[in-house]
Amino acid sequence: MSTQAIKFYQTGTFTVGNRLLDPAQRSVQATVARTNSINSGHRACQGCGEALGARYAIDAAMAATNNRLIAANATGCLEVFSTPYPETSWQIPWIHSLFGNTAAVATGMAAALKVKGRGDVRVVAQGGDGGTTDIGFGCLSGMFERNDDVLYICYDNQAYMNTGVQRSSATPPAARTATTMSVGAHPGNVFGQGKDLPAIAMAHGIPYVATATVADLRDLEAKVEKAMSIHGARYIHILVPCPLGWGTASHETIRIARLARETGLFPVFEATYGEVTGVSKIRHRLPVEDYLKPQRRFAHLFAPHPDIETIARIQQMADRNIRKFGLVEGGAQ
Amino acid sequence: MLKQTEGSRAVAEAVALCRPEVICAYPISPQTHIVEGLGEMVKSGALSRCEFINVESEFAAMSVAIGASAAGARAYTATASQGLLFMAEAVYNASGLGLPIVMTVANRAIGAPINIWNDHSDSMSQRDCGWIQLFAETNQEALDLHIQAFRLGEELSLPVMVCMDGFILTHAYERVDMPTQQQVDAYLPPYEPRQVLDPDAPVSIGAMVGPEAFMEVRYLAHAKQMQALELIPQHAAEFRSIFGRDSGGLVRPYRCEDAETIVVALGSVLGTVKDTVDELRDSGERVGVLGITSFRPFPLAAVREALEGAQRVVVLEKSLAVGIGGIVSTNVRMALSGLHLHGYTVVAGLGGRAITRASLHRMLRDAIADRLEPLTFLDLDWKLVNNVLAREKQQRRSGPIAEGMLRDVGVVASRVS
Repeated sequence: MSTQAIKFYQTGTFTVGNRLLDPAQRSVQATVARTNSINSGHRACQGCGEALGARYAIDAAMAATNNRLIAANATGCLEVFSTPYPETSWQIPWIHSLFGNTAAVATGMAAALKVKGRGDVRVVAQGGDGGTTDIGFGCLSGMFERNDDVLYICYDNQAYMNTGVQRSSATPPAARTATTMSVGAHPGNVFGQGKDLPAIAMAHGIPYVATATVADLRDLEAKVEKAMSIHGARYIHILVPCPLGWGTASHETIRIARLARETGLFPVFEATYGEVTGVSKIRHRLPVEDYLKPQRRFAHLFAPHPDIETIARIQQMADRNIRKFGLVEGGAQ
Repeated sequence: MLKQTEGSRAVAEAVALCRPEVICAYPISPQTHIVEGLGEMVKSGALSRCEFINVESEFAAMSVAIGASAAGARAYTATASQGLLFMAEAVYNASGLGLPIVMTVANRAIGAPINIWNDHSDSMSQRDCGWIQLFAETNQEALDLHIQAFRLGEELSLPVMVCMDGFILTHAYERVDMPTQQQVDAYLPPYEPRQVLDPDAPVSIGAMVGPEAFMEVRYLAHAKQMQALELIPQHAAEFRSIFGRDSGGLVRPYRCEDAETIVVALGSVLGTVKDTVDELRDSGERVGVLGITSFRPFPLAAVREALEGAQRVVVLEKSLAVGIGGIVSTNVRMALSGLHLHGYTVVAGLGGRAITRASLHRMLRDAIADRLEPLTFLDLDWKLVNNVLAREKQQRRSGPIAEGMLRDVGVVASRVS
């Protein structure tokens, strides 16, 4: 099915006008048949990017698998806010085991389905950035390396939000967290080498890797749908702003996610078998200040004195992404 | 069918007869031969309808087993020592979730100092993790206990650890009676999970539980182990009717009638203890042995019944609760509360030190004469220990303990007698 390109520049959003589309091309969330896999009534904070991302991702995965989906979930916000005893938001078969073993649990689930001849049922695993890039990294790499039939989704809010906003290996440089306070000569997180999980996933040569943000939900749905059309290990890394941890207004979640993309700090792309096959171009390239300023976790970069040097280093990171992925149409703007 | 085979191979064949559906493997001595055997069977097609997964750690091994079991498959893995500790979080999780995984623990010491040889420190470290723990005395029993473990675990929806002494059993070639597939099928019905991840009936497994119900969930785990106390003897009796031999059960008394002194032990050392007891009986001493097969659940009533007529109890254990002494003894004393008995804890065989008949003789003679220390370390080389203590008094930087001690020992081989 070819996709009908519709751009809503006039409204200043990328929201696809479902009413203008052929019904077959409308988003999963727009259909009455959507499964509400994670149902309303959960305890996520207002404006939670992870709840939004999970809702779109899992409903899309359900639609793509004819509602034959089972899920493993790492410990973290998504697990805690969705299953406070004696309630559950999950309308699909769902298991939470531990913080660091979600990919391995999903491997076991996929193995069980295979041996039982249940080829119709598919497996998705999901966790936050802590459960993915830190404590669950070993199990995730093992799952990739064996090319187990699992789609792993990382909802990246760039810190351990469930335990009170501590640094993870996905926390960006200079960001304030509870363990990288904005004090001293170099406030906020250190400038390390970073841990680029999508690139690491690609290095395993797995069939499909993609990044997405909650600013482009139709793009997210399409990537999940594509991932579910493939067998083997697949990885989708979704940037999900956290109003609590990032210090942003609840209604700003989608705008902040879009700014991460439009500044080049979060490249949105997809890759098959380790090679980039598509990138979402930046429409209006913006300086990183536009992304950093609305977030209180970066407030020390702007007051009491602008930290020009640090902001410039962050801008260099964005510029590197733009060069590396060719994020700007026709080269540098 | 009678055959002469390695303990690990016998266990692998027994597990295969139980029709496992997902096996996860990570190498660690001395269990490795078991999963190697199973891997070969799956790859050659001798064991069909089974996924054999080489994972990246023991933590992943138990986690894959958790996922497989939750998705309705019969899951098995094996580990030992550091591996059991590395997977500890998932071990607790498997029992907390009530997933009937079966795991062999080829008992081995825990470092540091690193040591690959047998003792019971690994299993004992997980005694309160909620798994059923069965200890095998012989390779035949190890083989048989695996068949019973799947039956028991699946009936209760609880995981079961079959503990067998590393090297002493896993690597020993001896005669075993390998059951037929028909016998195992008659004993072990297909796995019918109590909970399963099924799109036709969605459930959430592993939800968060707060103070309002957590104690009740934990109590239920205990209640299930109490049910196991009833089931284990029943299963052993049924096992006997199908396979024609005694295996399993809660405890195994040997020459305990009229015994004044009873030695309590677990695992393969029971053979040496029985030989020693036979010799002491021949010289007129009234001595008996109580083997504990089910360490979790701990059969308080059966242990009390077996020991209450004795005057003294010697608990011989291959583990050490540092700072207090015995682990098994603490449990045995619980069974004996209110009784007036002389109780001795004998820590022996740590890190693979041989427990010889001669040493047991000396120790039991001392026990019978009530000359034994309440906490005795069998064949401890006091000279070595005192050397280190003296060195530590003399100099602040006394150096690494293990290295210093090995220097004092000299050529290790000279100590093997």
